[in-house]
Amino acid sequence: MSSDKVAIRIRGVSHQFGEEGDARHVRALRDTTLDVPRGELLCLIGPSGCGKSTLLNVIGGLMTPTAGSVEVAGKRVAGPMPRDIAFVFQENALFPWNTVFENVNLGMVFQGVPRAEREARAQRALEAVGLKDFAQHYPGQLSGGMRQRAALARALSLETDILLMDEPFGALDEQTRMILGEDLSVLLARADKTIVFVTHSLGEATFLADRVAVFSARPGTIKEIIKVDEPHPRKPDFVTSAKFTAIRNELYALLHDEIRKTMAETSPSAAPGAAP
Amino acid sequence: MRPSGNEREGRLASRAVQAAFLIALIALWYLATTRWRVSPLLLPNPVVVLRDFWEILKTGEFIGDLRVTLTELAAAFAIAASCGVVVGYVISRSQYRIRVFEPLFAGIYSVPIILFLPLYVLFFGLGPASKIALGATIGFFPIALNTIAGFGYVDKMLVVAARSMGASDVQLFRYVLLPAALPIILTGVRMGFTVALLSIIGSETIASLAGLGHRIVHLAEGMEMAPMFAYIAFVVAIAAILNALMSALEARGKRP
Repeated sequence: MSSDKVAIRIRGVSHQFGEEGDARHVRALRDTTLDVPRGELLCLIGPSGCGKSTLLNVIGGLMTPTAGSVEVAGKRVAGPMPRDIAFVFQENALFPWNTVFENVNLGMVFQGVPRAEREARAQRALEAVGLKDFAQHYPGQLSGGMRQRAALARALSLETDILLMDEPFGALDEQTRMILGEDLSVLLARADKTIVFVTHSLGEATFLADRVAVFSARPGTIKEIIKVDEPHPRKPDFVTSAKFTAIRNELYALLHDEIRKTMAETSPSAAPGAAP
Repeated sequence: MRPSGNEREGRLASRAVQAAFLIALIALWYLATTRWRVSPLLLPNPVVVLRDFWEILKTGEFIGDLRVTLTELAAAFAIAASCGVVVGYVISRSQYRIRVFEPLFAGIYSVPIILFLPLYVLFFGLGPASKIALGATIGFFPIALNTIAGFGYVDKMLVVAARSMGASDVQLFRYVLLPAALPIILTGVRMGFTVALLSIIGSETIASLAGLGHRIVHLAEGMEMAPMFAYIAFVVAIAAILNALMSALEARGKRP
């Protein structure tokens, strides 16, 4: 792929926590290489501890990998790049002492958006996620789903080309998740952003992604990439289609073995004498 | 949120019980000095005490002692608050320093520091300096401990989120660390103020040349029980006013 079509270029990224021989030494990610084309929604899915969140943090410059490199917008990532990359975290990343509006506004203050532009951009972002009427509420007064909408509005207001989402709907109930997923699909069809989305929900990955990268057990790397050839915005009835079911089943089969491997490694009964 | 009708009624009822309790206490006091003939040298009649209380207020004879005590309190509190917040902040910036100093401060705070008063009197004399030093020492610990707790345990998620959006060090402090820590620090400041006040008046009653505590002991030694009780009431009132003021400031600072 030519460089102007690639938004994120991941080259041989490995990461380990702690030093070798250390009690808390963990190899989280091994030799991962991947290109994310501009405008794609890529889902990362895999057993817990496989390093998918680690990869997301490496892409966003929140962690420096032990080996390998990531390039975003032609620059090597060496720290947070607030002009190019915005994050939506799992939960509780809103400032509880600020209203929804102030939260969105503050993100732009940090990013360095001129004061004159902030108000209009905040209004637009809140409208896009359907929170216009809750701008003056505090996060504590909102439901979990609405808080994640607010976090999404904050990320959208930053108008970055890349959005990194780390299990943003992970703490929500199934129904709320479904609706947020549908809304996100509509939103993204319009926004033309490159998105990397970590999830552990097969349905969510199938519904949202252009491609799904399935990770192997720890130390994780990308085992296989599945394409989901369905235009955005996706209709709710996509979920009941044969195509959806086929892709979901394929993901399940891929993931199943890896989850078994993870369980065997971490549960003491399956691996006697493995624990020190 | 506005309290519902039920809540307000409940609060009113508990206020009524509190008032009734105080009235009953004063009634018992009155009965003890009249019907039960407790000696006025032990327990003066509340009516006499009230008369003396007005007398003290009218003549303004309390001004000198009040000024001494409040000056000591202001100086001690200023030292405790500034040192406590600065030291607490510096410690909170490193996990290692938190691990070392937090248990140390908590340990020192739990011993009765008033035991050091004789030493402080030796160092600083019988005058206000020893009271200021003691009040500052005692007030320092809750303020430092709460500042450590406030700054040291800010939700990491919020810091990461702010950094990811490009927050500078100054912005991180101004918009994330400070608002996260402020409510906890303010609680510490109020606690520091209260213990400084307690220790200053307490130490005035033990060894001093002036101040409200000194005045009360002086009256007790002269067996002037009614004015002594009136002064106790006066100190209670002053302490209540000061503590209410601090609580109001705390609540104001905690408003989002």
